[in-house]
Amino acid sequence: MRKTCLNCVLELAKNHSEVLFLGSDLGAGTMKEFRKTFPERFFMEGVSEQHLIGMAAGLAMEGFIPYVNTIASFLTRRCLEQVTIDLCLPNLPVRLIGNGGGIVYAPLGATHFALDDLALMRLQPNMTVIAPSDAVQMRAFMEVSRTHPGPIYIRLAKGGDPVTHPKGLPFVIGQAIELAQGTQVAFLCTGAMAHPALIATQLLAEKGLSCSVWHFPTVKPLDQAALAPIADRHTLLVSLEEHTIVGGFGSAIAEWLMDHRPHPPRLLRLGFPDRFPSQYGSQEQHLAAVGLEPETITQTVIRALG
Amino acid sequence: MHNTPDSISLDSRSLHLRRLVARALEGGTRGHLGSALSLVEILRVLYDHVLHVHPRDPAFPERDRLILSKGHGCLALYAILADLGFFPLEELDRFCHFDAILGGHPERGKIPGVEASTGALGHGLSIAVGMAIAARLHQQKHRVFAIMGDGEINEGAIWEAALSASQHRLNNLIAIVDYNKLQSYGPIADVVTLEPLADKWRAFGFATFEVNGHDLDALRDLFTQPLAANQPTAIICHTVKGKGIPMAEHNPDWHHKSRIPPAEMEAIYSALGGRHA
Repeated sequence: MRKTCLNCVLELAKNHSEVLFLGSDLGAGTMKEFRKTFPERFFMEGVSEQHLIGMAAGLAMEGFIPYVNTIASFLTRRCLEQVTIDLCLPNLPVRLIGNGGGIVYAPLGATHFALDDLALMRLQPNMTVIAPSDAVQMRAFMEVSRTHPGPIYIRLAKGGDPVTHPKGLPFVIGQAIELAQGTQVAFLCTGAMAHPALIATQLLAEKGLSCSVWHFPTVKPLDQAALAPIADRHTLLVSLEEHTIVGGFGSAIAEWLMDHRPHPPRLLRLGFPDRFPSQYGSQEQHLAAVGLEPETITQTVIRALG
Repeated sequence: MHNTPDSISLDSRSLHLRRLVARALEGGTRGHLGSALSLVEILRVLYDHVLHVHPRDPAFPERDRLILSKGHGCLALYAILADLGFFPLEELDRFCHFDAILGGHPERGKIPGVEASTGALGHGLSIAVGMAIAARLHQQKHRVFAIMGDGEINEGAIWEAALSASQHRLNNLIAIVDYNKLQSYGPIADVVTLEPLADKWRAFGFATFEVNGHDLDALRDLFTQPLAANQPTAIICHTVKGKGIPMAEHNPDWHHKSRIPPAEMEAIYSALGGRHA
């Protein structure tokens, strides 16, 4: 997904001279081709995320569209005030590409986990928050990323994620995508949780339960038009995110239900609990530990339905 | 001794601009007075003699960019912008009012002539770096000025930006420090000393100059000299916080004041030779 995303930046740059690439001391050789092709539009700044965002703001004020890439935790948390004041307040077209959204950097520990990135970015007025499911969806998104007027946060998953995005479906910012049609339970997922949701749906079908799966690649603005009929046609909604359950995608769903439905359906918010994971290991181990793999999701849903 | 920041006596235009500062202060019954008054001559010389800007076309592409990174010094910026006609003088009377364009910190998009929303300290130099690189990419000849406070440069992001400006050899970038020696709590030297300040900027790769920040001729000479060919410029302006109002000079109590009573406003105007001198 990252490779696709960065390749798309190069493709965009070939046709649009206002597209720039900015990084913060990324791995050796990152965007080598971009640097070779457009050396004057390639900026590898130091380990200085606060400065990086301010600089991107200055460039955007002058008509450029900077695509800024570094590790998600540092791109959102370290420089949050710059994101808020320098990008969101003047509503500038800067694209923030966060590597390792969620628990991708499991072996590196808590400093590198990005389990709050969606919440932090969602809090900022004018910010659009995108968490694609796979490389195909990423490509579809990137094609429309350039012309969006305000700032965008783009969460990258691990890479090699199973493709769930429907073939040939164009990406529309702010629109959710129906991946499976059911009647009883609706899985609402974002980022790379689409695939586990589809597996859980198969497992639940074997138990006689009919599930819908909707993927929300846009966490903000939330697709309210899609959400309304989903809420009205299912008895149980289950939000799935590789993120703390505080303030993220599930919270956005909960807020919408509270605001718009006097008698909302039950909502289970599945994600990471509100504590620092203390383990290392792998992403899969962490997802299993918090019940975000298909088998446990299935059991949780069955339990919830009593 | 002749020509120290303290010894400079203010001419009629400097007093006039300070009366405009006072007018806004009165309009809002609050403001960062001391932080603005150290800046007046710096801004005055820039706007009167250096910057290529047009009040009637504040966004023309070839203009020089000025970012007041120490956004809390905005009363001085508002005074000169209003005086030059970027917006009506009457806006000063509505300073900090609910639906005013002039708030306690300046905002891009609201105020003609304001390039960036500042007030969260330590942001302006990075934005200026971005603008200076943009000018280079666009092959434009304008310059980018960023004015920082001395307290402000406690912020680490300023030094991140300084490293970058030097790395990119931004010869179109001018970093200005309003070195009035007082931050919010008290003397810089007591809170967190900056010395040797000029050496710091030099070590970060800037062509660095020091000047009496209230000396009009010295400021003008420095700002109009050719810029270094291959590096950014830093200008450290030695100033007096609260310059021109004796009770506010060197006085941290006047860094910011709210609910300023009429008697104090009268004392301020009196120090400036009256409301309508």
